[in-house]
Amino acid sequence: MAVAKPSPFNPDKTPHRLTMKGISKGFPGVLANDNVSFDVRPGEVHALLGENGAGKTTLMNILYGLYQADSGSMSINGEPVQFRSPKDAMREGIGLVAQHFHLARRHSVAENIALGLKGTPLIYPVKALEQKIRTLGTSYGLAVDPKAKVWQLSPGEQQRVEILKALIQGAKILILDEPTSVLTPQEAESLFGVLRRMRAEGEAVIFISHKLDEVMEIADRITVLRKGAVVATLDKKEASPESLARHMMGKAVAPLRPKTKPPLDKAVLELNNVWVKNKRGMSALKNVSFKLRHGEILGVAGVAGNGQADLIEILTGLNQPSEGHILLEGKDCTPLGVKGLFEAGVAHIPEDRNHMGIVPSMTVAENLVLRQYRYQPFSRLGLLDWSKVTEFAQTSISDYQIATPSKETLTRLLSGGNVQKVILARELSGEPKLVVAAHPTYGLDVSATALTHDLLLKQRERGAGVLLVSEDLDELLKLSDRIAVLFAGELMGIVDASRTSREAIGLLMAGRKAQA
Amino acid sequence: MELELILNTIARALAFSTPLLWAALGEIYTERSGVVNLGVEGMMIMGAVVGFMVGQATGLPYLALLVAALVGTLMGLAHAFISITLNANQFVSGLSLTIFGLGLSGLLGRSYVGQPLNVAMKSVTVPFLSEIPLLGPALFTDQKLLTYAGLIMAIILWFFLNYTRWGMTLRSVGESPKAADTAGIPVNQVRYLAVAFGGLMAGVAGAYLSLAYRPSWGEGMTNGMGWIALALTIFALWDPLRAIGASFLFGAFFYLSFTKLQTVIAPELLTMMPYIMTIVALTVIALGQGKRAFGAPEALGIPYQRGER
Ligand SMILES: Nc1ncnc2c1ncn2[C@@H]1O[C@H](COP(=O)(O)OP(=O)(O)OP(=O)(O)O)[C@@H](O)[C@H]1O
Ligand SMILES: [Mg+2]
Repeated sequence: MAVAKPSPFNPDKTPHRLTMKGISKGFPGVLANDNVSFDVRPGEVHALLGENGAGKTTLMNILYGLYQADSGSMSINGEPVQFRSPKDAMREGIGLVAQHFHLARRHSVAENIALGLKGTPLIYPVKALEQKIRTLGTSYGLAVDPKAKVWQLSPGEQQRVEILKALIQGAKILILDEPTSVLTPQEAESLFGVLRRMRAEGEAVIFISHKLDEVMEIADRITVLRKGAVVATLDKKEASPESLARHMMGKAVAPLRPKTKPPLDKAVLELNNVWVKNKRGMSALKNVSFKLRHGEILGVAGVAGNGQADLIEILTGLNQPSEGHILLEGKDCTPLGVKGLFEAGVAHIPEDRNHMGIVPSMTVAENLVLRQYRYQPFSRLGLLDWSKVTEFAQTSISDYQIATPSKETLTRLLSGGNVQKVILARELSGEPKLVVAAHPTYGLDVSATALTHDLLLKQRERGAGVLLVSEDLDELLKLSDRIAVLFAGELMGIVDASRTSREAIGLLMAGRKAQA
Repeated sequence: MELELILNTIARALAFSTPLLWAALGEIYTERSGVVNLGVEGMMIMGAVVGFMVGQATGLPYLALLVAALVGTLMGLAHAFISITLNANQFVSGLSLTIFGLGLSGLLGRSYVGQPLNVAMKSVTVPFLSEIPLLGPALFTDQKLLTYAGLIMAIILWFFLNYTRWGMTLRSVGESPKAADTAGIPVNQVRYLAVAFGGLMAGVAGAYLSLAYRPSWGEGMTNGMGWIALALTIFALWDPLRAIGASFLFGAFFYLSFTKLQTVIAPELLTMMPYIMTIVALTVIALGQGKRAFGAPEALGIPYQRGER
């Protein structure tokens, strides 16, 4: 691997590491890239910004040889290149850490890295590599056990594998597509360390993110895409989070809907001494009790894997507590399943949008009634009334501004933000009493995030209780009335959102009980 | 008397296990690449009939074996073309291959029914090993070369799959074609090779029946062995080494269903055993924590198209 050396970065003299000129790429119904020109210099972190569906991933897939552009040209270090497959791109030193990881989950870390590597020996292909992975991992602060199977790793660790893979291949241009959305704040910080080091070594990094603060922290230049076309390429010095948001959306972000009234006194949800066993038979929630009131947003904070997922499962009927009771407006609803809880007025905005939130290969209209289809007015005497479904779909699409070619489009073809809008439209349409939202803005762009926040606040105003699980502390502090912190399955405390600080919550998240 | 019955069962189970093992090894490779081929029965029976025809015409059983392997390969390629290139339903394509093979073999072999093969594959007796008391004669006398070749093949394929770069490539294509593609591996090319290889092995399995095991041709002589090989692939959890033991076990059931045991246990029950055991094995895995470690290749049965969402 390259040794640390002084940065050769000199914006005026060094030739571009990568130039993409006039790239266009269409999919049925959308022009995903529209005459995009984009370049990266050696020793530079170039951020690529844009709303969901703006065409960032598509552009990177073209650069990596996964898609062929309809028109346009590319050159590397001034030499024209054409990539027919990722192999060609890898040969030119391009490494990709994709938005959805490209890893064989049952293979070991070393096997995944060995896969595309030149000079892998025919017999015992990973033996020598394992040591190299350890050395390089330690040197970059990306330690991961080369013998571990990928499915055993956390998302953050899987990302390390992807980065190590690119580094070992000797990537001179590293593409990171929304790398931080799967990371904890600490992991993100260490990722930035790696990027800074690569920059210092004269490599080029393309960094995609929806978090403007991050972009301002790490990028040297920023290119903004809107509806497939470049709207601006800015130096960091000329940019601010506000100006970037304006470029992305063509307008400024609307301020958050104000809270006009305090929560009511009546509890909509009450947990009494709830214990939950996870699939391995261990206690995932230990003796958890709390109340959530009408017209209140209760945030749930915690490092991933401390019981949040289990809490959501019992509240939405996907799992049952092993002990304790769940009361909905005072009535015991512990034994109700998914259907029963939905009928009792619980809406669920699931964490894993594409697997739990929608049926990807059904149409937008079908997904919009996935919960309600069996009730009036969509179903009468067991027969579906398609005119009612169509009507409902059309209203939802316009009310929630779902960007879809038509209501008959397969939902898997929508961008992440629009999939989330479909789910929100479906779940919030029935005036629920309780909204259980799990990481509702994960991977969403600025405006979709704002829309989601607005919809949750609207539910609060209406008098619904909202349980908001998120790893984004800023989001929790902005929206919640109170914040509950989970650590190792225990409720460490519930704090008033307007009177607490990030630090106080951080301590609770690390398992230190609040001083009484 | 009892001992003799047991030893005899062992010897015959080994002979019976051979076609199961060859076919299953091929299917294991096919499925590890992510493609299911339900055409094993059809490829086997075509191997059997063509092997017999060539053997009868030339008197050279090993040349006949080669041609049978070639026929199996071609049928495998047909499945690859339909399911990979044309992207049609793999299950339908495989089933069609079986139905096609059963029909065509009947037609081709019509005039051969009842003929004994002039020159069959010879039985071999392994020196030294056959002198081991009890098991020696059962396992090492009067078996065919293909029986031992199958065992050696299983070991080679196991090593190749787990400890070589090419084996790793094959596995990656079946686990995550996307990961393989982004690593620069030509996913569909690898799958073609694996499916063709599966056909080759099924062809050999069929030829063993008509050239060695029972040197003759009879319509439908594979008698469901292709399906047992498919069950075996799952029962062995897609592992060539485990396929050895599993094929022996299944071979024993298959043999026992023809023996005097018939009077005690219904033969149908015995022929059912491989399937029952496969279901039991699947259930045990699904209930335990082993799914990740032992389950089917993750992309099994799913066609890969780059850029598909
Ligand atoms: N394989 C595909 N088939 C059909 N349409 C596609 C395909 N890939 C992307 N699109 C469409 O192209 C547009 C751009 O998608 P792309 O994934 O590049 O957006 P993005 O900027 O990466 O969004 P996000 O922030 O949600 O990741 C979207 O409208 C998307 O629906
Ligand atoms: Mg994207």
